[in-house]
Amino acid sequence: MSAPADRLVLTNVSRRQFLGTSLGAFVLAAGLSSTAEAADEPKKYGRDGMPNGWVDNPLVFVAIGEDGIVSIVCHRSEMGQGVRTGMPMIVADELEADWARVRVVQATGDEKRFGNQDTDGSRSTRHFFTPMRRCGAAARQMLEAAAAARWKVPVGEVQARNGEVVHASSGRRLGYGALAKAAAGMPLPAADQIKLKDPSQFRYIGTGKLTLLDGPDIASGKAQYGMDTRLPGMVYAVVARPQVWGGKVVSVDDSAALKVPGVLRVVRIDPTPGAPQFNPLGGVAVIARNTWAAIQGRNALKIVWDDGPNASYDSDAYRKTLEDAARKPGPVVRNDGDFAAAYAAAAKKVTAEYYCPHLAHASMEAPAASARITGGKCEVWGCFQSPQAARDLVAKRLDMSPDNVTVYVTLLGGGFGRKSKPDYGIEAAILSKAMDGKAVKVVWTRDDDLHNDYFHTVSVEHLEAGVDAQGKPVAWLHRSVAPTIVSTFDAAAKQEADWELGMGVINVPFSIPNVRIENPEATAHTRIGWFRSVSNIPHAFAVQSFVAELAAAAGRDPKDYLLEVIGPARVVSPQMLGDKWNHGESPERYPVDTGRLRGVAELAAKQGGWGRAMAKGSGLGIAAHYSFVSYVAAVVEVTVDSKGQLTIPRIDIAVDCGATVNPDRVRAQMEGACVMGVAAATLGEITFKNGRAQQDNFHAYEVTRMAEAPRVINVHIVPGDYAKPMGGVGEPGVPPVLPALCNAIFAATGKRIRQLPIRDQLKA
Amino acid sequence: MIALDINGKRQNVDVPGETPLLWTLRDELGLTGSKFGCGMALCGACTVHVDGQPVRSCITPISSVTNKKVVTIEAVGADPVGKALQVAWTDVGVPQCGYCQAGQIMSAAALLKRTPKPTDAQIDEAMGGNICRCGTYTRIRTAIKQAATKGGAA
Repeated sequence: MSAPADRLVLTNVSRRQFLGTSLGAFVLAAGLSSTAEAADEPKKYGRDGMPNGWVDNPLVFVAIGEDGIVSIVCHRSEMGQGVRTGMPMIVADELEADWARVRVVQATGDEKRFGNQDTDGSRSTRHFFTPMRRCGAAARQMLEAAAAARWKVPVGEVQARNGEVVHASSGRRLGYGALAKAAAGMPLPAADQIKLKDPSQFRYIGTGKLTLLDGPDIASGKAQYGMDTRLPGMVYAVVARPQVWGGKVVSVDDSAALKVPGVLRVVRIDPTPGAPQFNPLGGVAVIARNTWAAIQGRNALKIVWDDGPNASYDSDAYRKTLEDAARKPGPVVRNDGDFAAAYAAAAKKVTAEYYCPHLAHASMEAPAASARITGGKCEVWGCFQSPQAARDLVAKRLDMSPDNVTVYVTLLGGGFGRKSKPDYGIEAAILSKAMDGKAVKVVWTRDDDLHNDYFHTVSVEHLEAGVDAQGKPVAWLHRSVAPTIVSTFDAAAKQEADWELGMGVINVPFSIPNVRIENPEATAHTRIGWFRSVSNIPHAFAVQSFVAELAAAAGRDPKDYLLEVIGPARVVSPQMLGDKWNHGESPERYPVDTGRLRGVAELAAKQGGWGRAMAKGSGLGIAAHYSFVSYVAAVVEVTVDSKGQLTIPRIDIAVDCGATVNPDRVRAQMEGACVMGVAAATLGEITFKNGRAQQDNFHAYEVTRMAEAPRVINVHIVPGDYAKPMGGVGEPGVPPVLPALCNAIFAATGKRIRQLPIRDQLKA
Repeated sequence: MIALDINGKRQNVDVPGETPLLWTLRDELGLTGSKFGCGMALCGACTVHVDGQPVRSCITPISSVTNKKVVTIEAVGADPVGKALQVAWTDVGVPQCGYCQAGQIMSAAALLKRTPKPTDAQIDEAMGGNICRCGTYTRIRTAIKQAATKGGAA
């Protein structure tokens, strides 16, 4: 399908490549071998800093059929954030496409062709807004050029409008379908000749007029997830994996398993030596004619395990280890002024320690992937956040060239960071190979998902502050102790990485002269991974709870006190805060703006009715946090009855993420963040005994259900400017929710929550 | 062979009678709209209707439904209540990842059939077995109320 960069090829694209869409049997697709166009630009920050950067070539992203159907490629993975609606909306808007005739085609994992596809870090829109605009605008200009040539009029006299090009003075018009072939032959506009719309002319971007692209398929059961792949002759596998990180199979007796009706084969998967990385854990796979038979077969396996070096991992004992470390000086990662002197001289001293346990992602769809190998080529289907990683690792494991591996991305039934790690895709490929290339689907059961997650870290956050006679903090010490995600790649890693510290522990832009941040060591005993909002969750919980504790100690209103601690509106360089990472973004382009942090806190307070009279047992709490280069604040209203039953009548959450593409999805992400934050604060905990995660399903690892969820969630979006950099949306909503909730509980009851989850701590 | 009545169609399957309806639908009959979430009737993603009642198909052996009518998400839209819910789900923009929504709609359809104008407490009770990890609960409630209003008029 590839061709020299200056030559266009028209190709018949088979339906299989358009998984999850309803394209007709034939489309005109313009194929062009492409490389990132940004090769001559400095590759340091943002999209330029990501592997394989970005591509804005319309011939890669847009295909127009002779029937006028416009196919737009979405190269990012859909996991509920709305990216399969949002990315094509951007292209369609600049393209002047008629949304009713737009179809979305999900890209396979191929970053050289499409640009970076690793869908995490709340990056898709802020990194690809401009490339996708350029893509749509260039295609529009090619259609206009084709029409002008057909009519032999100057191109300046024609205008693309909603799926057709119009020559106003003569009244002639041609649909995109009629122009597609000629347009494909037009030269690509030079980079400096691409004419982007003025934002006032946007038809779809920012209007909130479009419904979710996959909505009707989801509501009718047609939407295809990783669990749903079906291929001819497919067989189904479940895997018995070591329950302790580092464990191995000593022996297996599969005689009973092989007698289960429907079981076909039992296959050993070898563990991969070294750090976890994204490798399969190894174990014993049972392959059967359907998933149920495979599960029954697995139940019948008799396996002797060697639990290995983490067999004694116990989360209660580990908590004490973390607390011990947090109570002693540790390596200093930020040091402003002289904490010790200011603390010694302070009028009052306040100390508090906060605990956040391991969490499991528990996306409703557990990991699942399918693979088959034919003619030396491997095809993989799955719910991958990073399809390129899946492709590269499958290729490596099968000793194939990545060119011979195709990774199709299904919808993701939730991701939350778990599906950034494609270990299950590699399992599917290994098992297909063991079955001579037959199509194999690997299904993770819920207990697999909870036992063998890449868990959210566990942390102890120790804070000390010295306050002056007016109650204002003059000295601030924060010791953060948590096993690092780096341990997943380097087993020796014991300190939080720059990018974990830069999630709300060192880059706290408070107006405090003496600040000391320390990061004592912690050893990981299980697989640690990204969980939506990552280290911002424990950091924001501790920092925003502690600010409220200081306010209480000073007898001040928590909202006024928070604003005072943030200080006056000013622009702060991330480097000044010791933040070397800045969410991967340029510190000049994305400085920390305390005015925006104040702004969301004030907006949430105003909309949430801060200061209103509350009944006995009810209270309001506030928190504000900066993450993923966006600013979010929440005001939570709680009621705690005489038995200690907690209800959450209302949350007002304010977000400043800059300009928005699909405001309804920004609202949806904030709503979801409120519920996930409540779940983590009230219920979420994975504990370990003898190296094993103790929770195996939703009765033990509880998540928030409808009756316990916030009853009303009001989202307030700060209007943005398309000329300014955008922020993230998927993750920044979660971190302020947990401390705002606990601050509300304090307001309602006087009880300060320092250990999560809350569970029965409020019970009378 | 076991004969089943799925979405008004007779289907013969050659699996043991204790096989859960969920896996029979998904792997043997290719009806993947009903989702696997927990396997223990804890999350509701697999909800189908058996003789009009909401049932967790992940713990329902097919031997127990041989003489009953099974309706799945694939066919619930043939019913005016199911259709009204599907339209409301799209209008309100309920889904995020969407994985749990088939089960949510099936539970909501069963609710509206027995209680056409449910109160908040009735919605909480009927939907309490359905987990949404993306946290779409406020919109689910809105969509059920919208369907209750419009479905009644239809």
